[in-house]
Amino acid sequence: MLSRVAHAVYWMFRYLERAQNIARFVDSDIGLYLDDPKGQGNLWHSLIAATGDHALFEERYDWYDRDSILAFLTMDTEYAGSIISSLAAARENARSIRATISSEIWEAVNSLYLQVRSLKPVYGSLADPNELCKIVLSGSYLITGLYYSTLNRGDPWHYARIGMMLERADKTSRILDVKYYILLPDAKLVGTPYDNIQWAALLKSVSALEMYRKRYRRIAPPDVIGFLLFNREFPRSIQHCVARAFESLTAIGGSASAVPWLSAQRSLSRLKTEIDTGTVEEVLSIGMHQYLDTLQSRLNLVYSDLYSNFFEPHERAQQGVTSGETRSADA
Amino acid sequence: MFDNYAVSDVWDEFFLEQGVPRRHLLGVWDDLQRISEGEFRRLHAEAQRSLIRSGATFLVYGNEEGTEKIIPFDLVPRIITHQEWSHVERGLRQRIMALNLFIDDIYHDKKILADGVVPRELVLSSKTYRQECEGLNPPKGIWIHVTGTDLIRDTQGEFLVLEDNLRCPSGVSYVLENRELVKRAFPQMFEHAGVLPVEDYPDMLYDVMDYVSPGQGSSRLGVLTPGVFNSAYFEHSFLARKMGVELVEGQDLVVEDDVVYVSTTMGLQRIDGIYRRIDDDFLDPRVFRSDSVIGVPGLFEAYRRGNVALVNAPGTGVADDKAIYTYVPEIIRYYLGEEAILASVPTWRCDRPEEMSYVLEHLDSLVVKAVNESGGYGMLMGHQSTAQERADFSERIRANPRNYIAQPVVELSQAPTWLDGTGSFGGRRVDLRPYVLYGREINIIPGGLTRVALREGSLVVNSSQGGGTKDTWVLPPEGEAHAQ
Repeated sequence: MLSRVAHAVYWMFRYLERAQNIARFVDSDIGLYLDDPKGQGNLWHSLIAATGDHALFEERYDWYDRDSILAFLTMDTEYAGSIISSLAAARENARSIRATISSEIWEAVNSLYLQVRSLKPVYGSLADPNELCKIVLSGSYLITGLYYSTLNRGDPWHYARIGMMLERADKTSRILDVKYYILLPDAKLVGTPYDNIQWAALLKSVSALEMYRKRYRRIAPPDVIGFLLFNREFPRSIQHCVARAFESLTAIGGSASAVPWLSAQRSLSRLKTEIDTGTVEEVLSIGMHQYLDTLQSRLNLVYSDLYSNFFEPHERAQQGVTSGETRSADA
Repeated sequence: MFDNYAVSDVWDEFFLEQGVPRRHLLGVWDDLQRISEGEFRRLHAEAQRSLIRSGATFLVYGNEEGTEKIIPFDLVPRIITHQEWSHVERGLRQRIMALNLFIDDIYHDKKILADGVVPRELVLSSKTYRQECEGLNPPKGIWIHVTGTDLIRDTQGEFLVLEDNLRCPSGVSYVLENRELVKRAFPQMFEHAGVLPVEDYPDMLYDVMDYVSPGQGSSRLGVLTPGVFNSAYFEHSFLARKMGVELVEGQDLVVEDDVVYVSTTMGLQRIDGIYRRIDDDFLDPRVFRSDSVIGVPGLFEAYRRGNVALVNAPGTGVADDKAIYTYVPEIIRYYLGEEAILASVPTWRCDRPEEMSYVLEHLDSLVVKAVNESGGYGMLMGHQSTAQERADFSERIRANPRNYIAQPVVELSQAPTWLDGTGSFGGRRVDLRPYVLYGREINIIPGGLTRVALREGSLVVNSSQGGGTKDTWVLPPEGEAHAQ
């Protein structure tokens, strides 16, 4: 498929996944805020920390208060990582590849964007952020459903899945990183109801609470960490994301029979082995933040390899012009 | 809802006189009257929403809120009998065949110029004549694969050709989208009428492209678009999707040793045929405008050598120059030995001094057009113009007479159109743009795009000037309609 189109499919689904994740974070933290209005400082702060965009936030807003944080994350069109900006970017990418995705997917993406855009912010924030989250979550579930039920399992489908999985792995690792940082220091709270609520909220913010309970019942921090990082069955665990991305990468035309492996295959395969063989003890001995930080930079490396293997436009006057030949075995 | 519908001197597509529909429309009239005002309002709103959802929008610049607009769609179909359509179809076939021969002649022997049928000076001075196309041999001798000819009906109901669009005519996606909307809104009326289908247009276009492409039978084909910001981007992606071919931009194409490749995730791969929706000017910066960033350097040479097919061929604009338009009846006679089946609108050419003085004296009653503009631009509607506008135009005409023609105000026919504001129907002026495909044979989908001037009394149907669209129905031969 066209390099430009593959790139746009990848980003379109990655942006949708991003919007969906932010909506889930916001949704679960609003609930948490109601449980403990006094502890809100850290809580809201952690939402911004999960985006990694403190500097941008502080440039645009004076205080870490509920309204500013919600405004920044949801409807701020000037902030590229907000829900509205992610949806707009997903839609613009979708528009540029309308001939590739199904009409059903395009209409759902277009409608979701138009619906969210029509919500009117009050004083820069939304009167009802839960309503927004509900719209974004159900809209993006619809699109994911259409993705599974209306597209050929060809290259576009696989590029889309790689985009979704890398984004999801990144977001799960970030939320784990910041929440862990907030949760852990206060030893005297361990085992208290409040502590349980916090760990439950972490699970909830990646829609993991119910599935976690089926597996472990009681909430214990090492189990939560193990579940989010290494569980093979939960679809938002990092293991799951990396394994699915690797499957798709291997199925893509050009990499299926590549000898030697393309650089993206190598970097993703190494990451997968790391996760497949990892243990919670190892993570804790390295240090959670350290471990996740490394993980995130390796996810970024996979993207830059994908870019040079598949997405980068071909230069004119390039040699080796035979149909079917993969352009650069090594990047 | 038809109480205030006035039938006047202009041809009415639906009514013979007030409250009396044409004979072939009795059934439709019956079905139409069963729909209540509230129901029509709902259907109308749903159709517009559906267009917004599907993103059948064009971009309007300089206005952040309403940057995306839809072309308004009117649900009431414009209906043509089979007999009327057969006449139009024959006329179009004849016209396209002759114009294709004309273009081929112009870029080769120029016999028609040598024989003095069309003035040499007029052709070679046309802005759309391309010196670069001299001696070009398009595959199978076909230059104009896709045409959208604008027709209007005079007060007697006769179809006249208003202009030929032989370069990149747009609008066919609306024909197909409108048909979907109408089928959903009026399933029964549609079934009763037995409307001829238009849905195979993308297949026919694919066949034309495949027929002229070097890889015939196993061609890799694509639609070339300037990109998402182009006002017709919706149509470009629509056609690519319906044909199941790639939608490509200039940046996706690479020419190596006069062969065209697309840049794919698996390296460069050859492409055989391109339906290009980019004007000649921007197609190839090495040959045409060197500042084009949406084109493909080397494309023209690859085409000239027969390594890729372009649909339409470059250079076809010479035959839709509005001054050359006046010679089409002679062109048809010259190449085919036939009289033109479809009449043209009487036209004065300003490069003839006596005609120019007539035009200048009658500016307030004529329609003046620049010969290579479209979309309602570069046009003076004399009877609605201000003294200042007329003064401007007469200056422009004197400065460059070759660039202008004038025509009398031709009354367009009217058709019933839903007026959402008043909840009733009114007569609004319409034209018709059928789409002609030229490949192994000439094919025309029954009907085409009916454009409607939504402002009362307005004669300008262009979407850029407040026009909307309608579905166009061609009825089956009499006696073949579905039994009710």
